[in-house]
Amino acid sequence: MSDPSPAPGRVQLFVTCMIEAVRPEAGLAVVDVLEALGLTVDYPEDQTCCGQPAFNAGSWDDAAAMARHTLDVLSRSDAPIIIPSGSCGDMVRHHYPRLLEGDPVYGPLAAAVAERAFEFSEFLYDVLGVGREAASPAETTGEKVTNHPSCHLLRGMGVREAPRALLSAAGVELVELPNAEECCGFGGLFAVKMSDISGAMLQRKLDAIEDSGASTVVSCDVSCLIHIAGGLHRRGSAVQTKHIAEVLRP
Amino acid sequence: MSLPVPNVTFYERVEDALANDYQRGAFDRASSRFQALRRNALDALPAAEDIRDRARAIRAHTIGKLDVYLAQFADAVEANGGHVHWAADAETARRIVVDIATAAGATLAVKSKSMVTEEIHLNEALEAAGVRTVESDLGEYIIQLAGETPSHIITPVIHKTKEQCGQILHEKAGVPLTDEPAEMTAAVREKMREVFLSADVGISGANFGVAETGTICLVTNEGNGRMTTTLPRVHVAVMGIERLVPTLADLSVMLQVLARSATGQKITVYTNLVSGPRRPGEPDGPDEMHVVLVDNGRSRVLGTQMAEILYCIRCGACLNACPVYREIGGHAYGSVYPGPVGAVLTPALGGVENWSELPQASSLCGACREVCPVRIDIPRMLLELRHEADGAGQSPAWAGMGLAAFRTAATRPGLFRAAVSLSSAGSRALGRGGWLGKLPPPLSGWTDTRDFPALAEKPFSQQLRERRAEKGKDEDGT
Repeated sequence: MSDPSPAPGRVQLFVTCMIEAVRPEAGLAVVDVLEALGLTVDYPEDQTCCGQPAFNAGSWDDAAAMARHTLDVLSRSDAPIIIPSGSCGDMVRHHYPRLLEGDPVYGPLAAAVAERAFEFSEFLYDVLGVGREAASPAETTGEKVTNHPSCHLLRGMGVREAPRALLSAAGVELVELPNAEECCGFGGLFAVKMSDISGAMLQRKLDAIEDSGASTVVSCDVSCLIHIAGGLHRRGSAVQTKHIAEVLRP
Repeated sequence: MSLPVPNVTFYERVEDALANDYQRGAFDRASSRFQALRRNALDALPAAEDIRDRARAIRAHTIGKLDVYLAQFADAVEANGGHVHWAADAETARRIVVDIATAAGATLAVKSKSMVTEEIHLNEALEAAGVRTVESDLGEYIIQLAGETPSHIITPVIHKTKEQCGQILHEKAGVPLTDEPAEMTAAVREKMREVFLSADVGISGANFGVAETGTICLVTNEGNGRMTTTLPRVHVAVMGIERLVPTLADLSVMLQVLARSATGQKITVYTNLVSGPRRPGEPDGPDEMHVVLVDNGRSRVLGTQMAEILYCIRCGACLNACPVYREIGGHAYGSVYPGPVGAVLTPALGGVENWSELPQASSLCGACREVCPVRIDIPRMLLELRHEADGAGQSPAWAGMGLAAFRTAATRPGLFRAAVSLSSAGSRALGRGGWLGKLPPPLSGWTDTRDFPALAEKPFSQQLRERRAEKGKDEDGT
């Protein structure tokens, strides 16, 4: 059922359920950025959720059912899969193959999909080489942004350089986030099951964001962003939250 | 039960911890400081990452052949003139140590810091048998006087102010009241000389046991380990069965990462290698040496998905890196082993049915895995434990039903779209300005400290479709 010869310059977008339902503007920005780079962006119909909430809750049968569905959706073409989330990307790349290990059909499919699944900033920086040269100061937009490196992108997928390099090249003024690599406390259902601990972790992240002096906090994960945005809104903070594509958008 | 379960729930313990501002500040400062010290120490170590790989390989190899190395170690200890005792559980371990002390006619035992003796609650058993037992590590001594348990595996008294420490030492040990740590140390040092010289039994743990030589390696910064193992006429080393390394060369690899990961030191101030009792002609050392090898659930973990936790060398780096530990501290975990390592080790040893909250108390951020000197994949095992708990019906009913419903929708795209659309309409009707300030239980915890976004009016897929249709029209010139 796979296309044996994918057209060059074609990618498929697995947009994630968070963007689908909560932050569509981030998904549209991802499409804009990819199209501006000359890529054709396919949006495979019928995509839903990668299954990570169930996987992290220990409900692996439910997670495997969602993984199989997602693999079906993403296997109609051999084009690289762009996932605008380190968390869902980590799920597809690292957890699918383990979750479906031993499944004669979906095990190999998971391994194949894992090979061509990329988080958005990773694909831009590592595969396309975008952001390898910093913008000249004349092009600076003047927007003061800080980057929250989401845990699953940073430590799950091992993507450390890409977001900062892309932001610098986009001409924004990138300011340091104190203790940037510390978790914002989201953790999916953790934020509900252990809401007191999660809330305490969030307050620390919000303090750091406000201390950074940035007017916008950027992340590659919308799930962290809605958590942070919910905290900022509760505080009455003026700091905006944006997915990285919304800053990179031409 | 191999680990006693506290009678206060995890959630109550967390509430207490979060309400203790001083304690949170202390954990915060200690975490930052130890993280920076660790980073600097490893940055300054050439080929640190290769050494970590090597350290992991040594631990993996040892745990994979633990039966072989235990036999070799036991033979070597005996050949050195030591006595080996096997304790299947905590109760047996306590009885063995009490019997050794009683046989020696002991009335006073001195201890150097040891987590496994905390695990088996040894002090209470010795005291009950009429053997006064004194902790000789300064932090442990204060904890003992206060009748508490350690809140960190390296720095047990990190949750107290120096003023509180001074107060405890004054009230319980007659130390002149002071809030100067140096004065406290000097006063306790004075007291400890007495204890070391009059103790009948010295009880230590073991950072490592070396299989080829039957050597116990003990690292301390206060010198109390050396006193404990050499001055009393009987030395008892209590150790978990997993604490072995095959050779002295392997030990040297482990020592390169242990202190650096724990306190940022290149090496601890005292590194003791104890190979048996005093031999004829030697000027010092105990007449008898005993090694008590404690299983207490460990062998059940071998060969399971959780075996990797036995690689742990108890450096505490994962505690310092953990954003959850930083908020709630050690006591909230309810076990002698707190933090990320404890969240795996405690349920692995004591049963996930008794400790089902601990694996949930993580955002799975991976900071623990990143700093672990032997690269233990703690998040992987937290997930395994969650899976185990879920299979045993330990998940909350709402979560189970919610996920089953979510699965039904997420594997049927039409239903998924309808559910998103319904949720969107509902959340927008209930929200104000795109935000919900109050969600009903079981989601209400979220809105205690943050707002929840209303869902988008039009989902991404619909907006993309409309945009492309629009563009298509333009391109068709219509």
